[in-house]
Amino acid sequence: MEFLEIFLNENFWQAAIRIATPLIFGTLGALICERAGVLNLGIEGIFTAGAMSGWMAVWLGAGLAGGLLTAMIVGAILGLLHGILTVPLGLSQHVSGIGVTMLATSLAYFTYRTTLPDVTSPPRIEAFQPLDIPVLSDLPFLGPALFQHTFMTYLAFFLVFVVAWVLKSTPLGLAIRAVGDNPSSVDSQGMSVYALRIGAIMAGSSLMALGGAFLTMAAFDAFFFGMVNGRGWICIALTVFASWKPRKALLGALLFGAFEAYQVRLQTEVGSFVPGEVFLMAPYILSIVALIIVARSADYPRALLVPWFKGER
Amino acid sequence: MEKKISMDITRRTLLAGTASVATVSALPAWAASDLSVAAIYTLPVEQQWIGRIHKALNAANGIAYEYSENVSNTDYERVMREYAEKGVKLIVGEAFSVERGARKVAADYPDVAMLLGSSFGPEAPNFSVFDNFIHEPSYLTGIVAGSDTKSNIIGMVGGFAIPEVNRLMHAFIAGALSVNPDVKFLVTFINSWYDPPKAKESAFAMIDKGADIMYAERFGVSDAARDRGVKAIGNVIDTAADYPGTILASAIWHMEPTVNAAIEAVKAGSFTAEDYGIYSYMKHGGGSVIFDDALVPADVAAMVEAKEKEIIDGTFTVEVDDSEPVSTA
Repeated sequence: MEFLEIFLNENFWQAAIRIATPLIFGTLGALICERAGVLNLGIEGIFTAGAMSGWMAVWLGAGLAGGLLTAMIVGAILGLLHGILTVPLGLSQHVSGIGVTMLATSLAYFTYRTTLPDVTSPPRIEAFQPLDIPVLSDLPFLGPALFQHTFMTYLAFFLVFVVAWVLKSTPLGLAIRAVGDNPSSVDSQGMSVYALRIGAIMAGSSLMALGGAFLTMAAFDAFFFGMVNGRGWICIALTVFASWKPRKALLGALLFGAFEAYQVRLQTEVGSFVPGEVFLMAPYILSIVALIIVARSADYPRALLVPWFKGER
Repeated sequence: MEKKISMDITRRTLLAGTASVATVSALPAWAASDLSVAAIYTLPVEQQWIGRIHKALNAANGIAYEYSENVSNTDYERVMREYAEKGVKLIVGEAFSVERGARKVAADYPDVAMLLGSSFGPEAPNFSVFDNFIHEPSYLTGIVAGSDTKSNIIGMVGGFAIPEVNRLMHAFIAGALSVNPDVKFLVTFINSWYDPPKAKESAFAMIDKGADIMYAERFGVSDAARDRGVKAIGNVIDTAADYPGTILASAIWHMEPTVNAAIEAVKAGSFTAEDYGIYSYMKHGGGSVIFDDALVPADVAAMVEAKEKEIIDGTFTVEVDDSEPVSTA
């Protein structure tokens, strides 16, 4: 029963939470954009740009906080681009999103190569280290599982509740939800649909960039091209899984992290008689199954993917 | 997403240029002195494998070297053709995912020498192949790991289970078992060349299972080893300086003998379709083993050196096994 004993290992839960962290940032970001009615497929590129810019800012001496801020600003700028294309111009959200992904990915790489033309391996930075919380970190089982993470993991969990609270209990959250369900009603209240939507996309995109920055500033300490490796796309699926609700997004990200942490352990457990590719597929198959079960009853934002023009009926 | 270091020659300027100077000389100016060599890589030059080729070409004398990195497989043939049209004399690259297309391009430009990494054989008249045949130094690092392990569990994280990776892992396993038959191996593949956080997670999982030596085929594995205070074995490049006190030994690939042999042949006009894989063998200086003297005991080092001598003088042969390795623990 060794394949069940994996779940009793505190390091497994620690890995699950660590793997989930970038997905929490990304899913929250995608959720905010979509709650305002705009699908942001720029996410994969924004992850890459956030990973590169955050890491490079630290390497250039901005410090870890400066790195996070840089990543967020870069994310917001790319969000602004996607916002202008999709909101006032009303272009296809799919096409401009893919365009933003390609542009952001290439720009990240271009900047990287022009700054570091001759490196044989990327320079390392002093990344976020796991925090040592008095008493809590030393608890048996729970200590390693929950309380030996980096600052960014706690930030991700904290943001889940902030985003949930803002969306549910503040006038701003009401306006964002309204603009994603019925933009004309927001307009009739004298608020700007364009400003709300673009603002939400920028805020969401800066969270996506933090997801990327986690990869280069906490999970690892250097930027490699291609290291985002599809994590952004996972977040788009997780958003549907979460029915656009922040707490469910947290659950979905943790579930995916657990699948992933489980598969790397299972590979060494029964890898001699089951091909490794089966395990690599497993998290994605399980995600699809979960999506089928959950998403059928999903309550999606009514104006998602629908451009809105002032004065048009 | 490919980035060109040199300026592109468009078809129109190329036609105009060759037409105007056709009667004088169709050769561009640089052809007079240095041999023009172009390399096409499917990943950035930071990648270990590609980095070794890039380094050798940068160091080679008497060539004008240009390269395109991060060329997607779907774009590979076009870039090959562009360099061939441009009058490059030797094209170096990797045909692993574009075997058929690359061979077709080579056949269309029989005067251009091609030297490509490939799992298959050479093809007349101009398609030569090479590969990272550093199974010999890998065997030697296996001896170091097999002697050093206390838990008798060694973890191995690979990119993809392809012959280039498998043969090094098998040689390493054989080396470890030759000195310590009780060693068990944990093997996983992450199906990506370039996902250090994922490689790191896989390595953590193995260390949790008791591995006290990690075979670092990918970036990220040595990081996990350092964080958890276990040892690692390097592969292809020397990363010991990045992880002080962690890397026991490394099997290093030297691309210089391969590249230099090909350049000599092109210059002498004797370049034919050959298998250059042999130039990665220790005998030709294509592979070497290095170890951290502070971590490896003198008797183990002596054992490795004795075996190294046997390999070089041909009395001991390391078996090439391209099948996929599996966990034995």
